[in-house]
Amino acid sequence: MRTIEVEQITQAIAKMCMDACYYLSEDVYDALVSAGRKEESALGKEIIGKLVENANISRNEQRPICQDTGMTVVFIEVGQDVHLVGGSLEEAVNAGVAKGYTEGYLRKSVVAEPLFNRKNTTNNTPAILHTSIVPGDKVKIKLAPKGFGSENKSALKMLVPADGVEGLKKVVLDTVKTAGPNACPPMVIGVGVGGTMEKATILAKKALLRSVNKRNDHPEYAKLEEELLEMVNKTGVGPQGLGGVTTALAVNVEYFATHIAGLPVAVNINCHATRHAEVEL
Amino acid sequence: MAEVKRITTPLTKEMARSLKAGDSVLITGTIFSARDAAHKVMTEALDRGEKLPVDFTNQIVYYLGPTPAKPGDPIGSAGPTTAGRMDKYTPQMIEQGLSGMIGKGYRSPEVVEAMKKNSTVFMVAIGGAAALIAKTIKAYEVLAYPELGAEALAKLTVEDFPAIVAIDCDGNNYYEEGQKPYRKI
Repeated sequence: MRTIEVEQITQAIAKMCMDACYYLSEDVYDALVSAGRKEESALGKEIIGKLVENANISRNEQRPICQDTGMTVVFIEVGQDVHLVGGSLEEAVNAGVAKGYTEGYLRKSVVAEPLFNRKNTTNNTPAILHTSIVPGDKVKIKLAPKGFGSENKSALKMLVPADGVEGLKKVVLDTVKTAGPNACPPMVIGVGVGGTMEKATILAKKALLRSVNKRNDHPEYAKLEEELLEMVNKTGVGPQGLGGVTTALAVNVEYFATHIAGLPVAVNINCHATRHAEVEL
Repeated sequence: MAEVKRITTPLTKEMARSLKAGDSVLITGTIFSARDAAHKVMTEALDRGEKLPVDFTNQIVYYLGPTPAKPGDPIGSAGPTTAGRMDKYTPQMIEQGLSGMIGKGYRSPEVVEAMKKNSTVFMVAIGGAAALIAKTIKAYEVLAYPELGAEALAKLTVEDFPAIVAIDCDGNNYYEEGQKPYRKI
């Protein structure tokens, strides 16, 4: 049994919030540069160039890539041989988010209650926390600040088995077309297929945590990812929705077992500022 | 690509009408920032017959909620937010004299009608280029509703703030025109 102080988690989360918001990850940066070379629209090319320039400024001056520093999504895998001490895990995570967003000059974009009062919590808490217990004696934290320009354009469809691959493609296509410029393309698209209603959406979110240059291990899903990317880049939406061949940088698909009667499909859209950070304690 | 047009505020209706969908513009002068919460408060004030804290005649509103400024900076990162969320409030704001709006994304047919009727132009800034855009903002001053935090109504002094005309005063839509040549499905 290994003992880990939750304070360590707080400190790690605080740093990850800042790092994720300042430093566009290398995979996304490289994908943007490469897309800029291939973009056919002159305006689209210029826009991608500005996004690269923006990422450089953010990295060099430790400034948020985007003013929407998001709602903080945290996935934590806790090894079953780990004993967490010194307080509650959830409180430690939220303390880390509060510290990171306050000390890092990040925008506090969370309201305590969604419908009637919508009062800002002023420290970006609570985070959206997903925990899982896994074998081993490590704690693995993945953090993704999620902007809502793109989150608002995400979708869930409960397809039926007969809809198949074509049905899934149509859901992705319709979602991307509807999202258009609102989701700040070039987008990164996370697709979750299978499971139950909530499982599909979590898979879609997890898909966004994967590097944009890494395809699914399953060859049929890897091929599907490539076909989906080619398809969405034919919509013409282009950089910022002003036209071009770069609507998305990548489509990542994750799947899970599902019911004989179902084919849930969730599409989680992310903007070019697909921010993620990862740490193992 | 169209030529770059330099504009200074206040943006007269005549100047607004000269801007065409697809034009790249650089804006210098004073613009005002407001987003969801400030729009809600302002239109509620108008409904009660009250005056707004700012005279929006010939002014430009920027849909923005910036990150907090680091010490020594006028403002934090400052890119555009989705304009469509303001659609419900926009026709009423346009009637207050607005000549320009800056944001990102599609607008509703009601907004486009109000724009055509009142010679108001919708420009887009690059969503996500927030650190880059912040370099063109020289001053940021909260004018009203400080309790809304990043959503407060504020005055911005800008120099060569870059934007692209997405929908002009005649209702021409560059999202539509720009995408068409590349649309294969």
